[in-house]
Amino acid sequence: MARHRRPAVDRRRFLKGALGGSAVAGIGISLPKLALADGGEVNFYNYDTYIGETTLEDFEELTGTKVNYDLFADNEEMFAKLRGGNPGYDLIVPSNEYVERLILAELLQPLDKSKIPNARNLDPAFADPAFDSGRTYSLPYMWGTIGIGYRKSAVSAPPSSWNDLYASDEYAGRIALMSSPVYVIQMAMKAMGKSINDWTPENIAAAEKMIIEQKDRVVAFAPDNGQDLLLAGEVDLAMEWNGDILQVMSEDDDIGYVVPDEGGLVWEDCLCIPTGAPNPDNAHALIDYLLDAEAGAAIAEYVYYATPNAAAKALMGVDYTENPAIFPSAEAIESSEVSVYPGPETTRLIDEAWTRIKAAG
Amino acid sequence: MQRAAERPRVFAALALPTFAWLLVFFAVPLGIVFLYSVGENVSITEIRTTWTGANYARLFEPELLTLALRSLRVAGIATLVCLAVGLPVAMLMATAPARAKPWLLLAIMLPFWTNLLIRTYALLNILGTRGRVNELLGFLHEKAQAVLALVGLGGLGLLDERFTPVRFLGTELGVVIGVVYVSLPFAILPLYSTLERMDRTLLEASLDLGAGQWTTFRRVLVPLAAPGIATAAIITFVPALGQFLVPDLLGRGQTDMIANVIERQFKSANDWPFGSALSLVLLYATFALLALRAFADARRAGADGTRR
Repeated sequence: MARHRRPAVDRRRFLKGALGGSAVAGIGISLPKLALADGGEVNFYNYDTYIGETTLEDFEELTGTKVNYDLFADNEEMFAKLRGGNPGYDLIVPSNEYVERLILAELLQPLDKSKIPNARNLDPAFADPAFDSGRTYSLPYMWGTIGIGYRKSAVSAPPSSWNDLYASDEYAGRIALMSSPVYVIQMAMKAMGKSINDWTPENIAAAEKMIIEQKDRVVAFAPDNGQDLLLAGEVDLAMEWNGDILQVMSEDDDIGYVVPDEGGLVWEDCLCIPTGAPNPDNAHALIDYLLDAEAGAAIAEYVYYATPNAAAKALMGVDYTENPAIFPSAEAIESSEVSVYPGPETTRLIDEAWTRIKAAG
Repeated sequence: MQRAAERPRVFAALALPTFAWLLVFFAVPLGIVFLYSVGENVSITEIRTTWTGANYARLFEPELLTLALRSLRVAGIATLVCLAVGLPVAMLMATAPARAKPWLLLAIMLPFWTNLLIRTYALLNILGTRGRVNELLGFLHEKAQAVLALVGLGGLGLLDERFTPVRFLGTELGVVIGVVYVSLPFAILPLYSTLERMDRTLLEASLDLGAGQWTTFRRVLVPLAAPGIATAAIITFVPALGQFLVPDLLGRGQTDMIANVIERQFKSANDWPFGSALSLVLLYATFALLALRAFADARRAGADGTRR
């Protein structure tokens, strides 16, 4: 499922993305080839509104390189488009699991770090992730979490465990989970005290049992709209992306966001260059620009997700840097994990468990 | 006037672009999907055609049968509702003054001016526990209680003290409502075109000769409109079987249908061979229905021929 982007314009993006997605997918082969004087061009494939308001214009002005900006609605769409061969993109923004899939499919090319001096601006905590050890193929762009959005007036205390959603009838009929099989099963494993990457058949089966037993108490497996259900008062607890909850928090003071004590999932969207990119040098230049302190701050200001760019973060106000829905507590982050791509066999086990969950009851 | 039969080459030439279009954008992709459906994933992006039947065999897993049954049930009920609601509307349109007909047709087409996703979101608003429909039901509940109190029946507890909102979303009822809403124009149009061409003096004759309204409807109108009814039923039922947006949004992921499984195979599950097999089964079912329809038509034509 898509991760929502900028809170304020988010709904527009979702509709546009969902409507335009298929149409865009069909015409991918013929990216506009505008003739340009000196700097050439770069074909950037990203989510809608997932960039600073003037970032691309600023880059064009600075370098004379024309940026062709094409949009995808979710990782699946991006991957489906690239798997048959790169239709001409120079820079893409996959999430961590998809960075892994793309590496496995040999669809990414190694980054030339000597062309990206601004990579030194990045927080060292992001230097060596499990999904791309040594950062051969990717650099971090934005990160966030999956946690629990809740209506403050409807709970006795802020939810502190995934079990409040997965194994309790306290909030029966007031719970929304996400619609993504992987994440919903991963948080069930968290509730059981397991790692989200401990994909044994036993753990999947236990999670399946847990979710089926809870199914009647769950109002919705919300396809990207758990925050709307929360805002409308249809549910009081919603498993969601932090950015989605952040969006409705700005509309309703009674909504809060928490990453439970067991920890949640930390996601990371990355900057990558696909194999066969027609303008790799320009792609490196654009990555370097996006990791610049000022440019990075402008992006963070607009997108309002957590930036891994320490130099950019230092330029931001406390409204941003001390917002618990953007930067959760150090303890919560400590116990949270980054999801690792489980491989095709396990993916099939997950999907089959999910079909059984959906058919149950 | 020229007849097609007299100038076959001209018409063949005119049809050529259509055939080419169908070949390139329909037959070839469908062939690829078929090859996928008998293939296996050999890597994360590669599918090898091995002529395996394993993808089709997975259809018989019990949970898939459950979802397939739900699809058939939802599509079947939605089709019946569309026919029941659509037939009177089509009749009304067919008998309306000529001046009014274009406007009535426009009214039927009007929903297409808005995208399906947006219309479905609107339904979310209307059908929610705090939505318009429940608001109306709550209002009626209140009034009914007042009336009961007025006539001295208030103490009998005929109605619940407080109004409990009806749960539409996340139930099959909500999904059926959504599918009916999406499909109704497609049901009305073929019914209308059949009824429009029908010889209405036959209805008058039936009524004159002593048949009641119901008998006339059942014995004269329905048989005459049968081809239109069959078209309307197929055109409603088949797309309804493949619905995934409505179960996702109005069903809130609690009432998945078979198309939701197909969608996942091409996205999160990344299992195109299985997804291809599942979608082709829907296609085979569609062809079977169309074949039945053609068979019925042929039989009717044959029967007419012998009668003459």
